Amino acid sequence: MYQYNDKDQTLIDERVAQFRGQTERFLRGEIGEDQFRALRLMNGLYIQTHAPMLRVAVPYGLLNSRKVRKLAEIARAYDKGYCHISTRQNVQYNWPELEKVPDILQELASVQMHAIQTSGNCLRNTTTDHLAGVAPDEIEDPRPYCEIIRQWTTFHPEFAYLPRKFKIAVSATTTDRAATQFHDIGVHLVKNESGDTGFRILAGGGLGRTPIIGKIIKPYLEKQHLLSYLEAILRVYNLHGRRDNKFKARIKILVKETGVEKFTEMVNAEWQQIKNGMELSEQRINDIKAHFAPPAYLTNADQDKSFALHKKQDSEFATWIKYNTADHKIAGYRAVFISLKAPDSPPGDITHTQLDAIADLSDQYSFGEIRTTHRQNLVLADVKQADLHQLWQNLNTLDLATPNIGTITDIICCPGLDFCSLANAGSIGITKQINEAIDNQDYIHDLGDIKINISGCMNGCAHQSVGHIGILGVDKKGVEWYQITLGGSSENEAAIGDRLGPAVAKEHVVKTITTILDVYIQQRLEDESFLNTVKRVGITPFKEQVYANH
Amino acid sequence: MQIIKDQKIVENTWTYIPDDTKLPAEISDITVSLSRWNEEYDKLEKYQGKVGIRINPDDSIESLPPSVMKAALIEVNFPVFTDGRSFSLAQLLRTRLKFKGEIRAVGQFMPDQIFYLSRVGVNSFALENQESLADAISMFDDFSDSYQASVN
Ligand code: SF4
Repeated sequence: MYQYNDKDQTLIDERVAQFRGQTERFLRGEIGEDQFRALRLMNGLYIQTHAPMLRVAVPYGLLNSRKVRKLAEIARAYDKGYCHISTRQNVQYNWPELEKVPDILQELASVQMHAIQTSGNCLRNTTTDHLAGVAPDEIEDPRPYCEIIRQWTTFHPEFAYLPRKFKIAVSATTTDRAATQFHDIGVHLVKNESGDTGFRILAGGGLGRTPIIGKIIKPYLEKQHLLSYLEAILRVYNLHGRRDNKFKARIKILVKETGVEKFTEMVNAEWQQIKNGMELSEQRINDIKAHFAPPAYLTNADQDKSFALHKKQDSEFATWIKYNTADHKIAGYRAVFISLKAPDSPPGDITHTQLDAIADLSDQYSFGEIRTTHRQNLVLADVKQADLHQLWQNLNTLDLATPNIGTITDIICCPGLDFCSLANAGSIGITKQINEAIDNQDYIHDLGDIKINISGCMNGCAHQSVGHIGILGVDKKGVEWYQITLGGSSENEAAIGDRLGPAVAKEHVVKTITTILDVYIQQRLEDESFLNTVKRVGITPFKEQVYANH
Repeated sequence: MQIIKDQKIVENTWTYIPDDTKLPAEISDITVSLSRWNEEYDKLEKYQGKVGIRINPDDSIESLPPSVMKAALIEVNFPVFTDGRSFSLAQLLRTRLKFKGEIRAVGQFMPDQIFYLSRVGVNSFALENQESLADAISMFDDFSDSYQASVN
């Protein structure tokens, strides 16, 4: 993974010192609330219902064992012993003390980590496929480009006070696992007719209150122009994005109101002015690529016989392999998902003991690297098949082997009323109820690929509008109600879910979900997936059943 | 009032003349809005003191007349510190128009923004809070390096 050089380290150390000074000035009353708010947000610090929340950046979801041990240590020393993986692959602490945050940032800096630009109206953490570098269907490893973008976005002097937050996602595979069509900018690695790798650029996608699918504004961009093109988009957005209404300030509204053709023209005109002189050199790209060189894979890992034997003898292990591991580009290796969706724990939460244990397991089995996913799980990307059985047993004792990745209980859920001051609804509580109601593993597996996303308010942090089943908490005269949508997807065939009908009361949510599942089972053709069934039969059969008994 | 110019604290000599106020009779250094600059350019050219222009976030670089290159000072105004358009305007004044004169941040910006402002080409700073000047000077050294090219 990327290793800091002296410059990177100096910059984050200086950032810690800067924020320490700002915090001290705030506590002495020398900086106003509003000003400090902007400054702390750009250092990842929110003030929530109970306490501050600190969001730590995990650039493109990549961690190593040293970093994970530090996260565990911080959870012990400064928090209540756990932390949370967010839908943007970052790590969140829910109970730090404001006065201690500079110390936490200093701890993070000691392992090349930070909380820079993880919130606020600025350029946020760039995300990518959690299987980057190991996915069999990859054109090229996207992470070197993510790192190049990370450096460019970090402390960008011109774009620190944008109309609204700004998120970039990069994907390099035919199957989009990074939801690039729902980002302010989506970057796809593609090959042109002569076989050269470049980028397809999308802009104006986004979730939240007004979900919009991004539009292609540049079908093919030569590699060397990546940063000048991003800069052109950002400059057009910074100057023309709406600042009069927070809810209309994202780039998606600018693209929509300007029209994609006109917007593209504006970007291209700006780009023509700046492209010469901002080129990425082949040398620079190669230098960064060297940081992501493949680890020392065994060439005969697939010769191992024990894996097949264990699968045959141990059906639980075989099930786990089926759901919680993915194909790897090297024969004899698999990528392993660590499920943070055990039925009795809030989605994405992880304790300090689990973190320490995962760090050890990664050292032992996966070259010391760990990834976070936007579905709030973790990945050990490079495990040899001979080690899988042992690893599974270890994960099992840690309650990290629930075989539910990609199933209905792999729920994406925002913190909701439990932590967030904007919430209308207790999303974590709903998750728990669903887990209690749907607890039969065979049934869960029979349902197959169903993604539920639950957000506690219109801001949609859990991306409910692209959930196969989306659940959104709404407030009706101080009472929690839930709006259900069906048929959303953030993958290749990006789609925004359709509303099932009127919102349902809290006590009817679980019944509504189980009714939807019953209708699916009645309606599906052989092994047709939930999403395809919804597409084929439409929303009406679901609607009729759900509202029949109301 | 004191300001920061080229990283030093100096006395301010400039006054902004609002659109509804007459140009001062005595000779002094004044700035005016873009619309006044456009409408009264002949008059301003004959004015004895130095004349500069104040641009607001709503003004676009494309709308600036060629005469801005003769301005003795260009002020970029911050109606609120969160309005980041002024950063792009300063950047474009330097890189697109190649304006070499003084660019000054005025209005509601924070001392904590001067590092980034200086990187996009602003070289003087009229901070309303006079007590923060010494602190502000030290903020030019917040970072010793950067990932992007600076204008200066
Ligand atoms: S969706 Fe709403 S309730 Fe949930 S975390 Fe986001 S802002 Fe808070």
